Amino acid sequence: MSKPTVFNVSCPLPSKKGSFVQLAHGGGGKLMHELIESVFLPAFENPFLLQRHDSTSVEVPKGRLAVTTDSYVVNPLFFPGGDIGTLAVNGTVNDLAMSGARPLFLTAAFIIEEGFPIEDLSKIVLSMQKMAQAADIAIIAGDTKVVDRGKGDGVFINTTGIGVIEHDQTISPTAVKSGDSILLCGDIGRHGISIMTKRSGIEFDTTIVSDCASVHLPVQKLLKEGIPLHCLRDLTRGGLATALNEIAFMAGLRFEVEELAIPVREEVRAACEILGFDPLYVANEGAFVAILQATEARRALRLLQEWFPGRETAIIGRVSEATGSIVTLTNSLGTKRVLDMLTGEQLPRIC
Amino acid sequence: MKFVSEYRDKIPAQKLSQMIFNTVTRPWTLMEVCGGQTHAILRFGIDELLPKSLRLVHGPGCPVCVTPTAWIDKALEIASSNNVIFCSFGDMLRVPGSKADLFSVKARGGDVRIVYSPLDALKLARANPTREVVFFAVGFETTAPATAQAAFQAKAESLRNFSLLVCHVLVPPAMEALLGASDNQVQGFLAAGHVCTVMGYDEYEPIARRFQVPIVVTGFEPIDILEGVYLCVKQLEEGRSEVENQYSRSVRRGGNPSARSLLTKVFGVIPRPWRGLGEIPRSGLGLSHEYRDFDAEFRFGKVQPDAEEESTCISGLVLRGIKKPTECPAFGALCRPEHPLGATMVSSEGACAAYYRYRSLSGAPSGSVIHE
Repeated sequence: MSKPTVFNVSCPLPSKKGSFVQLAHGGGGKLMHELIESVFLPAFENPFLLQRHDSTSVEVPKGRLAVTTDSYVVNPLFFPGGDIGTLAVNGTVNDLAMSGARPLFLTAAFIIEEGFPIEDLSKIVLSMQKMAQAADIAIIAGDTKVVDRGKGDGVFINTTGIGVIEHDQTISPTAVKSGDSILLCGDIGRHGISIMTKRSGIEFDTTIVSDCASVHLPVQKLLKEGIPLHCLRDLTRGGLATALNEIAFMAGLRFEVEELAIPVREEVRAACEILGFDPLYVANEGAFVAILQATEARRALRLLQEWFPGRETAIIGRVSEATGSIVTLTNSLGTKRVLDMLTGEQLPRIC
Repeated sequence: MKFVSEYRDKIPAQKLSQMIFNTVTRPWTLMEVCGGQTHAILRFGIDELLPKSLRLVHGPGCPVCVTPTAWIDKALEIASSNNVIFCSFGDMLRVPGSKADLFSVKARGGDVRIVYSPLDALKLARANPTREVVFFAVGFETTAPATAQAAFQAKAESLRNFSLLVCHVLVPPAMEALLGASDNQVQGFLAAGHVCTVMGYDEYEPIARRFQVPIVVTGFEPIDILEGVYLCVKQLEEGRSEVENQYSRSVRRGGNPSARSLLTKVFGVIPRPWRGLGEIPRSGLGLSHEYRDFDAEFRFGKVQPDAEEESTCISGLVLRGIKKPTECPAFGALCRPEHPLGATMVSSEGACAAYYRYRSLSGAPSGSVIHE
């Protein structure tokens, strides 16, 4: 099929220093067109957007399509290692990747609060363009609304992703089998900690940078190598523990995980100790688990380590016969316990 | 991670476990005072490394658990007031008062913020001079020095818009109250290492003598706890009742003199009601007269302590070490972290929540629900 061409614009950021989004920027008049022309089009420009129509028409490749949508609200909007724009592209690309789809198109809708600096909006849009380019996906439709000051939190972004499934595997929790291996691609906890340490009210200086990145390449490569992937899940809110619990519950099987096998960076571990968090529940934006046939797990591990040497990848456990669809964790002392899902989000402890 | 990994290592843990097995000749009941220790015991499955005849009961050292409903209600009332920025440790936001919790006040428009330290609340007060900034000061001797520092600085800067809703409590009077009760079962204590980092352990010596009970100042990592248990049972088996310091990498006998002197400057010792335990004389810290202007109770009205609290929950017995969470008929069935009946299930450091979250596979209590 024909691949969408992504235009690389050399200077997508016209100087908008000192100006702010006004209600009229979402009102459909001249100001709105100016915002589109000066901020969105220079960054996202591609033949699809240039159709400049109510809807964009695209050629659909043969096979099954994967569709996903997600809304992004994050405080702070800019954090070490990314911003709401990088999240809005990578998060949706990763959701496509988890069904083994090759990402094709993205739509982006912005709800912007009156008074939001156009300079910041431009930065976010540029981040989106960079991430889209890295993931080889075109942003083909968009929308902008402006809400009264105080009725938004700077900017909210919704993205919808469309991808094509070019493999014939069933990648779903129901495909998980007893005896499968659990492979984790990416060290855990960086995104959540990088956000937490920048939230107002909690002053905490670290050099921890979010792991925000798209993960479709490793998945695509594993599929091309013929690795039987039974289930994939990107680790976002709720972290590794929540993802494993969700899959184990759907699969009706027991997952047995070794705590010492799970890659967590020293600085993340230290921050978690201080804040009273368990890294197993902290959010990630560039890590995923693959549940796969045990006989192919070592090969998959080796391939991922070869292709992505900077990314920590490990086999962290196995799937056993069900007795209550639970996740168990063997800790550093060798004792085993249930690794449960949390009731709500983790809160910094008192002392 | 240095100073952590070596205290979570399997080999020394097994060695200590073996030493405990070799020492224990009869049943003993030990209490770890601090919720952080309870949490570590369950998280690392330390109880599985101990002889069955050794019973660990979990003490009242969870700040969230022992803060009476009346203080939560006062916090909710202040947080709902106009022009107030109400600051709290994250853990307190989920704790139900008699009608609501701070999360629901926030949802209804109250300006409730999670801070990591009272000094962050002080910054908010400086940055928002037209707003009243109130910090909910709960916790033991560990968190009290930071509260004292905030009050001290606020006074030095003559900040007019900063106050503290104080519900600080002290560990030794609670230990005395437990030991003095007719139904007491505790024969030895693992004292809270971080409390002793601030206060030292000289004040525990008269308690050990008076009640003939060994007290081992203990840290929070698995190896610390196992070593604390070992030292405690060794004393019991040898018929000794002394104060020993397992957590010597952090604790000195005299504690932290600057923190102690700041506490004396800012606070006075007062009687304090404890959730589940009732009023304990000389067990709380209240702002001294000199700091009255920074007392939220002076600004927003006194807390009116209730006579009785919820009845179905046995958290009082759990906090006193009389019952284990799993001995409660509601545990895991009617009472779960998402529908807590008592504070010990709400707080992440509460004994019931720790039992629920870290339940072992073999010892999963009958009432517990594993994925409905």
